[in-house]
Amino acid sequence: MKASLPMSNSSTVATDNRKRVLQFLGKHGILLAFLLCMMIFSLTTDRFLSTGNLLTVLMQVSILGTIALGVTFVVIGGNLDLSVGSLLSFATVLVVDLHDKVGPTQAIVLTIVFTLIIGAINGTLVGYLKLNSLIVTLGMLSAIQGITLIYTSGQNVDIQDQENTWFAFFGREAIFGIPVPAIIFIGLAIILQVVLLKTAFGRKVFAIGGNGVAAAFSGIYRNRMVFSTYLLSAFTTACAAIILGSRVMGSQNNVGQGYELQVLAGVILGGTSLLGGSGSIMRTVIGILILGFIQNGLLLLGYPYYAQWLVTWVVIILAVWLDIAAKRGRLLNDF
Amino acid sequence: MTAQSSLNTQTGDTPLLQLKGVSKSFPGVKALDNVDLDVNAGEVHALLGENGAGKSTLMKVLAGIYHPDEGEIRIEGTPVRMQKPMDAKHMGVLLIHQELSLVPDLSVAENVFLGSLPKRSGLFVNNRELHERCGAILKRLNCRFKSNIPVKHLSVANQQMVEIARALVFTPKVVIFDEPTASLTDYEKVVLFEVIRELKSQGTGIVYISHRMDEIFELSDRITVLRDGQYRGTFATRDTDEEEVTKRMIGRDLESLAEVESPEPGERIIEVHQLGIEGEFRDISFDVHAGEVVGMYGLVGAGRTQVVETLFGIRKPERGTIRIRDELVHLSSPADAIEHGLALVPENRKEQGLVLGMNCRDNTSLPNLAEYTRMGWIDTAKETEVFERYQEQLQIKTPGWYQATLNLSGGNQQKVVIGKWLSTQPSVLILDEPTRGIDVGSKAEIHQLIRDLAKSGLAVIVVSSEMPEILTVSDRILALYNGTLTRVFKRAEITEDDLIRAITGQSADAASEPVASGA
Repeated sequence: MKASLPMSNSSTVATDNRKRVLQFLGKHGILLAFLLCMMIFSLTTDRFLSTGNLLTVLMQVSILGTIALGVTFVVIGGNLDLSVGSLLSFATVLVVDLHDKVGPTQAIVLTIVFTLIIGAINGTLVGYLKLNSLIVTLGMLSAIQGITLIYTSGQNVDIQDQENTWFAFFGREAIFGIPVPAIIFIGLAIILQVVLLKTAFGRKVFAIGGNGVAAAFSGIYRNRMVFSTYLLSAFTTACAAIILGSRVMGSQNNVGQGYELQVLAGVILGGTSLLGGSGSIMRTVIGILILGFIQNGLLLLGYPYYAQWLVTWVVIILAVWLDIAAKRGRLLNDF
Repeated sequence: MTAQSSLNTQTGDTPLLQLKGVSKSFPGVKALDNVDLDVNAGEVHALLGENGAGKSTLMKVLAGIYHPDEGEIRIEGTPVRMQKPMDAKHMGVLLIHQELSLVPDLSVAENVFLGSLPKRSGLFVNNRELHERCGAILKRLNCRFKSNIPVKHLSVANQQMVEIARALVFTPKVVIFDEPTASLTDYEKVVLFEVIRELKSQGTGIVYISHRMDEIFELSDRITVLRDGQYRGTFATRDTDEEEVTKRMIGRDLESLAEVESPEPGERIIEVHQLGIEGEFRDISFDVHAGEVVGMYGLVGAGRTQVVETLFGIRKPERGTIRIRDELVHLSSPADAIEHGLALVPENRKEQGLVLGMNCRDNTSLPNLAEYTRMGWIDTAKETEVFERYQEQLQIKTPGWYQATLNLSGGNQQKVVIGKWLSTQPSVLILDEPTRGIDVGSKAEIHQLIRDLAKSGLAVIVVSSEMPEILTVSDRILALYNGTLTRVFKRAEITEDDLIRAITGQSADAASEPVASGA
């Protein structure tokens, strides 16, 4: 129900200032949260700010982050992709298993191709058949898990000769001391940020997410665009799978379980609206880094691994609430 | 205005509701300027004005949704100050919304008592009392439906009745009806009028807002006319006639229109032949020449929007042909239409025209991004330059290209939409309701712009449900009724009567070939 609100004519200086503070928080809240995180952990632990630790965090978030880059496009386009968790399992199992069967190059190519096919199925169902993306990708989440289990017959897969394959490059090596996974993550982030902001493709993604009808009235093919965003998220998931497979040199059937929600958490934390039409790759990167730092900092503080789940949830709720408060101009709605 | 001063003193009692010198401004527009209105017990007071005349603003002031900047509201002689809609309700002033605000899945009774459900031990809904009380109200309104069926199963007219029933829970002193017949059939209208008369006989004061003359003359005791936010007088209905109030409302005689010369039309740009979609419209044939404005006029449901959306590739025609510069074209998407030089400024600028969260510049370049793109790369400098060119030409008031269109006024938003389509360099420009919800100043500017664009050689099609607008801008007028083209008028030969007959299916052409009536 759309109710027109009464216009308050008692707009004092105080409420004006409060509005401004809220708007500032909504705009830059994510950066403040980031700095706050860094500050707390660097003050409470002595190892947190060391180069080694920061690189470890960057390395740890690179898989999550790489997936989140593609998912950011899907979300800006006004849809969701919850299938990325089991898609990661599928692609990792595939690349590891094929590595010994057909060789690393072929394995990588085939993995990307098969992953893109699944992305294309998502894209067709959501883009062309206009089905609800939540249902399509949630269904795909369990469907792919099933496919993966059928493929492996429930067995874990691994690479036999782990010492002598160049495939190790993606997950285990470093260039100038920077781990390759981090380089891939940051490199892709820069490329995709440019794609999002500077190309017609990116502009159209914003348009279909911001107002699909107006975009269609402007001659933009909405179905094609939605389709493309799912291809993109499948592609970045394949990249993440290659990093993961290379780092572990093996894979469990359910290695990506829960990733879909963590990825989405990072995207939302970065301020990309779930309604579509706004968002940015760089902010997703920051969102993902916050998740990584929380996880890392809590471990350094001696909390158990699973404490991060609770803390992450609290952080996300705070972020979303502040975002909404900034739009409304007040913290609590009185009806 | 001697008429109204004598009328005010005519009844000895204090009016139920009285507005004196009420003004209300919004950024850039004075929506109400020193308006007076009073409503007596047992009276139907009609509020008449064109779209944008200030009727809705006045109504919102009455209902406590807006606060007047100046002026005074009195209820039964006592000055009151309404802070929020609930205050108005408690003071006995109730507004029946134009857009229904019912919860479709809840029952009639639940909707009627929403917010004031009778309770048992303060926790559980007292269903028996709920349905008894609702049944009593429905009976008063002569409604035949039961109080326990979900509202979504009711016709629009009956849903309107539920809205009215909702108002009666509070035993109101004054009920405001805002264009209540907009979506009703003739029969449903009769039922509604009975209800209004019933309320009136019970001593309720009624404010009836409409721009339909026949209804107002059938129903009202007095008429207050607004134009451009200004008070244009109050008339006793039996002492006035349609012509007088129309003149007050439009502020211009129809005769003067014919004097504006129509230019010599240029080459034929678009030709539509026997276009039809089952259940929407049929046998639509017309053409538009360069330098010409063709108006498409008809009531809601006549098929105007459907026709132009078909021209723009949004709907697929089942029959008929479209030719552009004598070349047969098949337009299966807006992209095709844009390719062939068509542009559509759609009916609903917020939902169809703009990506509101996007800035002015990016909205402008959206329909022909390819023009700005090299190898996928957008030339933003060129984008800015193009937007700023149209910003200057159309006088779009915004701090800069980076401003989100969300923050612009309705008139400026519409100018961004027009600029966006002009930037595609179209040869046919279609505007569907180009000035809906736009303040009066911008409206005149847009009308002038449409004339200028035609003069510069564009073929222009304007769809509108506002007669003055159609009469102001068009060289020729296509009258649509019930999905058919009933008559084509040249500017010089238009009379209001003929036009009204043509859009209500009573023209000579339609009479010789009877068309099934809308019921």
